[in-house]
Amino acid sequence: MSHTFYIIACAILSVTVLIGISFLSKVKTAVAGNLISAVSLFLGVVITLVYNNILSAWSIFPFMLIGILIGGALAARVKMIQMPQLVALLNGLGGFASALVGTLSLLGVGIPETDYPLFVNVTSVLAIVVGLVTLFGSLVAAGKLHRLFPQKPVVWKNHSLILNLCLILLVGITVYAAFVGDNPSMIAVALIGSIVISSFFGVAFAIRVGGADMPITISLLNSLSGVAGAIAGMAVNDLLLVAVGGIVGASGLLLTQVMCRAMNRGLGDILTGKTSVTPSKQKAETSKVVKTKTITEMTPVAEVETTPVIETEPVAEVEKVPLTQVDPVPVIETKPVPETEPVSETKPVSETEPVAEAVQEPKPEEEPAKTTPADILTNAKSVIIVPGYGMALAQAQHLVKQLADKLEENGADVKFAIHPVAGRMPGHMNVLLAEADVPYDKLFEMDAVNDDFASTDAAIVIGANDVINPSARDAADTPIYGMPVLNVDQAKEVIICNYDLNPGYSGVDNPLYKREERVHLLLGDAKDSLESLLKGLA
Amino acid sequence: MHPIILLLVFVVATVVGYLIIKQVPSLLHTPLMSGMNALSGITLLGALTAVGFTFFATSRGELLLGQILGGIAIIAATVNVIGGFGVTHRMLKMFDKKKK
Repeated sequence: MSHTFYIIACAILSVTVLIGISFLSKVKTAVAGNLISAVSLFLGVVITLVYNNILSAWSIFPFMLIGILIGGALAARVKMIQMPQLVALLNGLGGFASALVGTLSLLGVGIPETDYPLFVNVTSVLAIVVGLVTLFGSLVAAGKLHRLFPQKPVVWKNHSLILNLCLILLVGITVYAAFVGDNPSMIAVALIGSIVISSFFGVAFAIRVGGADMPITISLLNSLSGVAGAIAGMAVNDLLLVAVGGIVGASGLLLTQVMCRAMNRGLGDILTGKTSVTPSKQKAETSKVVKTKTITEMTPVAEVETTPVIETEPVAEVEKVPLTQVDPVPVIETKPVPETEPVSETKPVSETEPVAEAVQEPKPEEEPAKTTPADILTNAKSVIIVPGYGMALAQAQHLVKQLADKLEENGADVKFAIHPVAGRMPGHMNVLLAEADVPYDKLFEMDAVNDDFASTDAAIVIGANDVINPSARDAADTPIYGMPVLNVDQAKEVIICNYDLNPGYSGVDNPLYKREERVHLLLGDAKDSLESLLKGLA
Repeated sequence: MHPIILLLVFVVATVVGYLIIKQVPSLLHTPLMSGMNALSGITLLGALTAVGFTFFATSRGELLLGQILGGIAIIAATVNVIGGFGVTHRMLKMFDKKKK
């Protein structure tokens, strides 16, 4: 293959990759876009093999076969709920491959003779650094998403100082690489130094990011893996690799920016862990205590005050469903009770009382509702459903779809409001709802739907917290201040199906939980809450 | 190829890539990200040449090193590529069937 032909082929393939990505960003053409990208990459492999005259190096093929089998199995088997960690893991592998290529080129193994050893050395070290930061950052992110590590940000003493020091060392080692020439011991120092420091840096920076900021972190790592590829391409003098790596790096960065803007956060704040650290340590501690108590003592969170209850006419009967250790699901069903029965005499109330005292923490209470959530939904003409990470955890998307269908049968207009950062991955909710066959024209982005809440009969929140927290609008001292939120609080009635009343990852309490009017809390596993709602509707 | 050319290609690719996906509906963020994630496995090309060149290397050490490290790189990158495109396709299929 002639050199000119190779360059033309590279240019064409870069363009097709770009077309693939731009097709991917539109719903109608997305499948085609993915295929175009895949075919371009395959052609890139063929051209590289032919151009470099290495088709006869047969060992390449078993290696690729192993990769194809593993990758294929992963892609076919993964559950949609595990998508975020898989994407993170795959991303890390890409970075790892770039780092290995960088290692080989730094050692002068397997690269063509070069006239620019300095350029090769520097880019090799950079490829190792960026690749390993991507690998270890992604591993930590995947571990957090897979719940192998605590999701709360881990902050060390002098964390920022350590990170900055690492950065300086990494810059230093890159500069050092410019002077190593072909001196074997200096090359060894550059190699080991870059591997150790960048691995450590990758872990240290990712461990400080909280669960809620994972979407942005993954997107950033995605961008980094592209950059790592491009730099590795410079090291081994591969034009196509440089071009495609650059494209991926840049578009990944743009995607990251889009998401940051949606959260009204600076990328820097997220990386330095500012956004997800709880405002006061005390708060975090008490909420933790409450959580463990709720589970171990099998306490349904509902608690009915004796005095005010007598005043309210329709009486709520609180049903206690005991928890099992395996599946701690406090379900609360509120049912209207014949008016003649005075509350103070009903047993469930007196039973829950001592338990409530044991919890100590003043808990937001469930007011005896005038109407049950099921009644509200039966009469609602317009409903907006707000899914969050809790829906993903409970895998409740199919029940959500059933609920939506039921509501539509009743003649209600059902919309889904998707906050840009709901879930743990950009677009996480969309994928899950798509899996449950929710038509995508029912899904609305925040800006498109936010004004509708005020005129909506009922909003159903399923496992969302920070993205519906009205504090973001006015509580200036909280980390979520300024983040655009869904105006759930403006809906005529709000039904919240959350696991518990603990704050979300931001650690900011949600005033909605304490509001006494027009808010109905259904605590426990979203699946159970939804089932009870569905039953109520039937 | 001259380093300047490579750097130039990188810059141009970056700028063009940046411009091309300005307006992405958040509906597609996940598929788009996993699609680009698959593309970042393009580093496979570098791994391929490394393994290919060392395959014919005369020195024993170079052969071993290139085959082992390069082989791992090929496997990692191929998993990235195939896994990435595979899950992207699966996700997009789910969006697609809803059209009817």
